[in-house]
Amino acid sequence: MRLSPDQLTYWQHGFFKLNATIVFTWMVMLILIVGAKLITRNLTTEHKRSRWQNLLEIVVMAIVSQIKDVGLRNPKTYLSFLGTLFLFVAMSALCTIIPGYDPPTGSLSTTAALAICVLVAVPMFGIMDQGMKGYLKTYIEPTIIMLPFNLISEVSRTLALAVRLFGNMMSGAMIIGILLTITPFIFPIVMTLLGLLTGMVQAYIFSILAAVYIAAAVRTREPKLTPSTP
Amino acid sequence: MDPTTTIAVTSILTAGFTTSIGCMMPALGEGRSVASALTSLAQQPDASATITRTLFVGLAMIESTAIYCFVVSMILVFANPFWNHVITQSVEAASK
Repeated sequence: MRLSPDQLTYWQHGFFKLNATIVFTWMVMLILIVGAKLITRNLTTEHKRSRWQNLLEIVVMAIVSQIKDVGLRNPKTYLSFLGTLFLFVAMSALCTIIPGYDPPTGSLSTTAALAICVLVAVPMFGIMDQGMKGYLKTYIEPTIIMLPFNLISEVSRTLALAVRLFGNMMSGAMIIGILLTITPFIFPIVMTLLGLLTGMVQAYIFSILAAVYIAAAVRTREPKLTPSTP
Repeated sequence: MDPTTTIAVTSILTAGFTTSIGCMMPALGEGRSVASALTSLAQQPDASATITRTLFVGLAMIESTAIYCFVVSMILVFANPFWNHVITQSVEAASK
């Protein structure tokens, strides 16, 4: 039994291997890029808009409001990063309705790459916001004893992000595979529906956790609320 | 028992125990958190957005422990490194 789409190789030339993960990642990227280009080609602010523009506006505005709810004050800065993460994970889960498709997020290498993006982006946004010195200072707060624990938490939450997404997507495919051998007719379809729901929830959780981590790196500088005198 | 059988039996038993315990405990934790979230939703329907988002993030955190157990048991059953090691060793011994 295949644990991940990594093990399905389509084409190999020496060191370069073209496995199912890469092919389906490119497919999802192509759908997202071409779709976004086609929709944003003729945007209007008139009363008559295309349906696709409405759809895209709903998605983007929902992401913006979610980022704002987490506590990041200007969501536009983080929209491109967090929105891309969400759209990629959601789209790769949504495409499972296409027969013969394996979600690329069901491979540990994809999810590890996404998690490493978060690992790099969190200090980057932190430094952009409060400068190198100010950001590095958050590691030794409240005391310098906390330094190793802060570093460990940085690594362990990256690992948790990667394994969580991988485990959820892999378990969906695995359960359908096992059920196909036991009850082959109706029940796998129900589980596929459940897998779609799980994929959406996981996409939401992945991006909201990234937003929470960024907010934790950025928030420390916010001015303390002075107690208002009555 | 020869070492191959021992490894197979131990792996299967451990995979079963990993999944069963690793499903029980997070299920208890998730039940408690959902119950208290529902209570607070009934008390403060205005804060539903915040409560729901925090609940989802917390559930994901709890759920991930169950997922770790699942991944470990899947590795034990389908991609067991010890099993592969013993098999390659016995193949080498047979070819000599």
